[in-house]
Parts: sequence; C-alpha cells; structure tokens
Amino acid sequence: MAEVTFLEALRQGLWEEMERDERVFILGEDVGLYGGAFKVTDGFSKRFGPSRVIDTPISEAAIVGAAAGAAHMGLRPVAEMQFIDFISCAYDMLTNYVATARYRAGLSTPMVVRGPCGGYVRGGPFHSQNPEAAFLHTPGLKIVYPATARDAKGLIKASIRDEDPVLYLEHKWLYRRIKEQLPEGEEILTPIGQARTAREGKHLSIISYGATLWKSLEAAEQLEKADGVSVEVLDLRTLLPMDDAAIVATVKKTNKVLIVHEDTRTGGIAGEIAARINEQAFEWLDGPIMRVTAHDVPLPYAPTLEDFVLPQTEDIVKAARWLAAY
Amino acid sequence: MARVDVLMPQMGESIAEGTLSKWLKKVGDPVKRDEPLFEISTDKVDAEIPAPAAGVLAEIKVQQGQTVPVQTVVGVLETEAGAAVPAPAKPEPPKAAAPPPPAAKAEASKAALAPPPPVGPSARQPVAVKSGDGDGGVQTAEQRLRTKSTPLVRKIAAEHRVDISRIPGSGYAGRVTKQDILGYIERAPTAPIPRPQAPSPAGAIEHAVVEPWPGDRVEPWSKIRKITADHMVMSKRVSAHVASFFEVDFTRVAQFRAKAKQSYAERGVTLTFLAFIAKACAENLRKHPIVNAAVSGDSTIYRADVNIGIAVALDWGLIVPVIKHADELSLIGIARAINDLGERARTKKLLPDDIQRGTFTITNPGGFGPFAGIPIINQPQVAILGVGAIEKRPKVVTAADGTDSIAIRTTGMLTMSYDHRVVDGADADKFLADVKKLLQEFPEGAV
Repeated sequence: MAEVTFLEALRQGLWEEMERDERVFILGEDVGLYGGAFKVTDGFSKRFGPSRVIDTPISEAAIVGAAAGAAHMGLRPVAEMQFIDFISCAYDMLTNYVATARYRAGLSTPMVVRGPCGGYVRGGPFHSQNPEAAFLHTPGLKIVYPATARDAKGLIKASIRDEDPVLYLEHKWLYRRIKEQLPEGEEILTPIGQARTAREGKHLSIISYGATLWKSLEAAEQLEKADGVSVEVLDLRTLLPMDDAAIVATVKKTNKVLIVHEDTRTGGIAGEIAARINEQAFEWLDGPIMRVTAHDVPLPYAPTLEDFVLPQTEDIVKAARWLAAY
Repeated sequence: MARVDVLMPQMGESIAEGTLSKWLKKVGDPVKRDEPLFEISTDKVDAEIPAPAAGVLAEIKVQQGQTVPVQTVVGVLETEAGAAVPAPAKPEPPKAAAPPPPAAKAEASKAALAPPPPVGPSARQPVAVKSGDGDGGVQTAEQRLRTKSTPLVRKIAAEHRVDISRIPGSGYAGRVTKQDILGYIERAPTAPIPRPQAPSPAGAIEHAVVEPWPGDRVEPWSKIRKITADHMVMSKRVSAHVASFFEVDFTRVAQFRAKAKQSYAERGVTLTFLAFIAKACAENLRKHPIVNAAVSGDSTIYRADVNIGIAVALDWGLIVPVIKHADELSLIGIARAINDLGERARTKKLLPDDIQRGTFTITNPGGFGPFAGIPIINQPQVAILGVGAIEKRPKVVTAADGTDSIAIRTTGMLTMSYDHRVVDGADADKFLADVKKLLQEFPEGAV
C-alpha cells in the first residue's frame, strides 16, 4: 500500500494504460514537455516519447477532432482539455460528431476527453466550471466524475478501455487534497455506470459526486454527531449512464433525498435525478426531493462571493436538517 | 395458476345484499393481498373490501352500481399471474418497526417548526415546499389531507388500511411522517374503517359555487356533511313533501314519566318523551303500512319489519341509527335502545348494521325549543315524524258535564312530512290521529 493523491492515482492509471496498450496516446496543450498545467502527465513524454504524448495548438476543436479520427483508425486517444471550461470550444465535435459516429456510420470511437473542472480554488468564471449537464443531454457519450483516488485511477483505466467516447471530469480541488492508500501491483478498475455507497445511513440520503461528495460526507458526520440523524451518502461516480438502481435503492431505504452538486441549479443534473426518483420510487418518498447546488450565476473571483455561490458544508447540513424533520 | 373467487361480503348480520359501488382495480391490475379491491355500500355506510389473495384481477362479474346477494361472486383473481406483472416500484411490506428517531432529532424538528426555506446556496431562492394549511379554502378535505402526508405515508396507510387523519403528525404543519405511521401501526393493529357514503340518488347532486368575500372563512365539507347535504337535496327532489301538524296533550305521559323515571334509572335507562312517542309510532305503523313503506320505481314496497330510525345530532353532524323491530319492544326496551344508539353514535361505535334498514324515522329537535318543524324525509322511506318542544300551555278542556275551562296542560306538536306520491293526506292523518290517541291515553300497565 502507498498513499497517493487523487492526481497521482490518475497519473498512475494513465501510465499503466500507456504501458499496457501501445495504441493509447495523449494529446493536448502543454501535456508533453511541460507535463501538463497540473502535472498530470509529468514525465510521460520522456517515457513514451513525443509521438505518444503530443503537444497541440490551442484549439480544443482540433484536439477532439484529431482524437476522434485516431480512434476511428484504431488508436485509443486520451485528449486533455487544459481547463474543462474550454471544452465548449469542442462542443460541436463532441455532440454532433463524436457522439453520433456509431449511430451514423457504425464507427467505434474509443476515446477519452479529460480535464480539470470545478471551483473552490478562486479560479473565477473561466477556470471553475462543471460542464456535465451540457453533455448529459447527449446520447452517445458517457460521463464519469470520480471523487476518490481509487476511482480516479479505476475510472481512467475503464474509460480508456471503453469502446465509446467517455468524458472524464477530474475536480482540481481534489487533485492534491485527497490522499488514499492504494494497493501496489494490483489493477484497479472501476466499472462505468455503477454508483457507490460512500456512507451507510438510515434517515435520509444525500446523492452527490465530485467535490461536493466530500462536503456531503462532512455534513453527514456533523448531522450524526449533533442531531443523531443517520445520513446515507451515495457517490454517483458515473453520471451517464446513470445508476438508477442504486438511486432507487437508497430512496427505498431512507425515503428522503437531498441531491447536492457543485454545478448551477437550473438544468442541473439534480433535476434529472429528481425526475427519475419521481418516476421510479414516488411512493417511497417521505418528503420532497431537495437540492443543494450553486446559484445560477457565473462563478465570481472574490473569495467571499465564491464561497457564497458554491455549496458549502453548512448549506448541506441546514438542508438535510430541514428535510430530516419534514 | 389458481383462480380465487371474490365474494360480496356480509357487512352486518341483517344484511342480505350489497351494492358494488366502485371497483378500485381494473381487469388486469395487479392486486396485493388485503389491498382495497372494491367498495360496497349499504343504506348509509360503505366499506372498502380487501382482496382475499394476491394476484391479478382477471374478471369482473358484477359491475359498479349493481346490487347482489351476499356471497355472490363479484370478480375473480388470478393468483400466480401476479408475479408476472411488471411492478416498476414493487412495494414490499414496510418493516413493522420504524427506525427509532434519535432523541436529538425531535429537538431539531421542533426548532425548525417554522422552517426557514431549505438552505444551500441555491435554495435561497423560493422553493416549492408549502406547508399543508396555507392554501385557503379551495381544496377538498381529501386534498387537504393529502398535503399533510407524503407518498410513502399514503402507501403505508393504504396497505394497512389506516386512516391518516387519525394519526398525530410530528412533521411540519402536523404532517404525518413515516415514523409516525409506522409507530401507530405497531401500537394499534388496524381494521377496515367503514365510512359513510352518499346514497346513489337519481343523478349526482351539485352545489353551486359562491365567491367568498374578504375575511370570510371557507371550510370544506366533512364526509358526513357532504352526505347529509346531498341526501337532503336529493330527498326534496325525489319526494313530494307534504306535512301535517298534530297537537298532542302529553300531560298523562308526563305524569307516567315522572313516576317511572326513578325505577327506569335504577335499571340503567333514561326515560324520555321520545321513548313514548317512538312506542306510539311502533304500535301504529303496522296498522298503517303505507306509512311504513318505500317507493321503488313505480311500485310501493310495504316493509315487513318496523324499524324506527332516531335522528341523533352530533357535534360533527347528524346520524340516524335504527331501532330494529321496534314494534316488538316494550317501552323500556325502546327507551334502552334509544339510549344505547345515541351513546354509541356519540362515541363513534355504531356498526354499519346499526344505521341500516330503517323503515320510518323520528327526529326530535324539541329539546332545542322549536314549537314545530317540518323535517325532510329520510330516503327511501316515505314519512318522518318531527317532535316539537313539549311544555306547559293553556288549553281548553271540556269536563264530563260539557263545561269548558282553561287548564294548564303539557303539550307538544307532532309534525309529519310524508311523500305524497304514495301517502295521501287521509292516510297520514289517520296514522297521526292514532299516535296522538295512544299518547293521550297511554296505558298505565305499559309503563
């Protein structure tokens, strides 16, 4: 066992897949010589050479387009968005082209688009976004969003091996904050499409993913100590396809649901989850399905304003306390 | 695959038939054991009938609105097909015991009783959570009840046949929570709750909607209010109401009553004027069968039994329990029956059978002081007797030698509304004259 950070676990996953399968290659801005803006690919160029770790021009559309072509030709590209905020420049490639390739042309597109997302780091509106909702609506894509070091590693490896395009979202606030003991020499694979019970509980369920999973766990701990409320926390891990069975199971167990995500509220994934619960487990609800999310505003730079806009542990505690007493 | 017959149950000992008022499931619907399957109604009470087994409703043999003898097969359940029916949210029987709410939790819920809208950055916007009682008077009682319970609680209530409104709620605005209902079920095993039901008149009764003025209070009807309202309008609509008034001298009865009151009380019976009046009616109804009758289509049903309904005013409405075979009871038997039915009406312990099969009704508002009143017939009967205040009044009396004088006598008005479709004035007045005669010449030996 060795203690590794979220970032290191991700790096290991990429490394192992590069070692395992020579079809796997990385492309993106500053991923080669510089080793990536957050050093995820540090040392890769030296080990695997510039033909498998390719520095590209600053064009997300070109990066995704090139990756798609390589995937069609039998390679396994991992395209990095230096900040996931700029994936919007590749929106057309991903939604119109990549996501539809199998349906339109019978073309397999086994590629991963990954990049740092999320706030709590004073990054402002261009370096803090969570783009999952924009892509959740696109049939043909898969979206994974790990919260633990183990899943950071397990999901990057599973994504690379998947035969379809996967959007891999990695929260930069977790990069070096999350440390975990991972076994050495054992292959870690996290199946895509399976949620994980991060904490068992009886009185209400919090469904979350990414950075807010940790804030939800903190809130659960506080509620247990201060109120004696037993909170279950479900880590979705994969957003598309969503693990309905796990969601319904936790609803049937606790009968009250709070959905927490860092993304803004309107059109956010919480709405989709709430709709599925209504459709599949309405009669098991003992209270309204509640949400704690970011406000519907661009994320401000000012620390006080960022703290206000993003969901904090205290916000989750308050909402859960209200729901528990409903 | 087994087939299980669903039977029309016998609700009450004297019941020979029942009306299937509503199927709660369609053919092909999956049904859980003991889940409400259909509703039946008798004179004034209806009940939900639970499924005898789990399965699928395979056949409906008796349609809604049909009246059939008890033990008639009304439908058929296919038992093992139940498993094959897709049940998207297949409910499992809830655990008998709820997880005990942690002690601190109750405090939290109290502290939050005037809840700030749920929080979280974005929950600072208005949220779609309303407490159950802020919506004014436009909802029906059922809707208001629903706002106070969650889907889970309603499901548990249906499975256990629990009336949610009876459970004290600990949630916001008195909402019944999962813990509340599970605790309630654990403490008190539940039985089907018979609830009163509107008779099925010719056509549904609609009551006009009136706009409330500012400051008015709008109170949705309770079930019993609704039934009464519908029934009264229906009765006025279907019967040709006529009324006759008879003044009765109760002086003799009052003397007997004063004399016998104590000995009756020692036998646990309160002797009232009403008992004498009911006795006088019971004695004469068999002599005047047209007053002890019902209208059915273009025919008259002459009732074989004399069953007298006694209207009982309750704080929450009006109910009419029935003294069965009143003509076979002595005065004390009738008095005892009136005491007993009244008491059980007030304590909500009447059985469905207690308010069925009346053939004639007496309503006695006299205690409240009216000189006389004109009651509305209790359908499908054809006559109802109203009793006015019984008090001392000046009366002209004629002595044996023919001289008149004014005396102080105890008198009261008897009013009878009757259905002129079948009861003519002469019939009604002959009956009333006989009742009056018996009351004024009440045999001492009968007391």
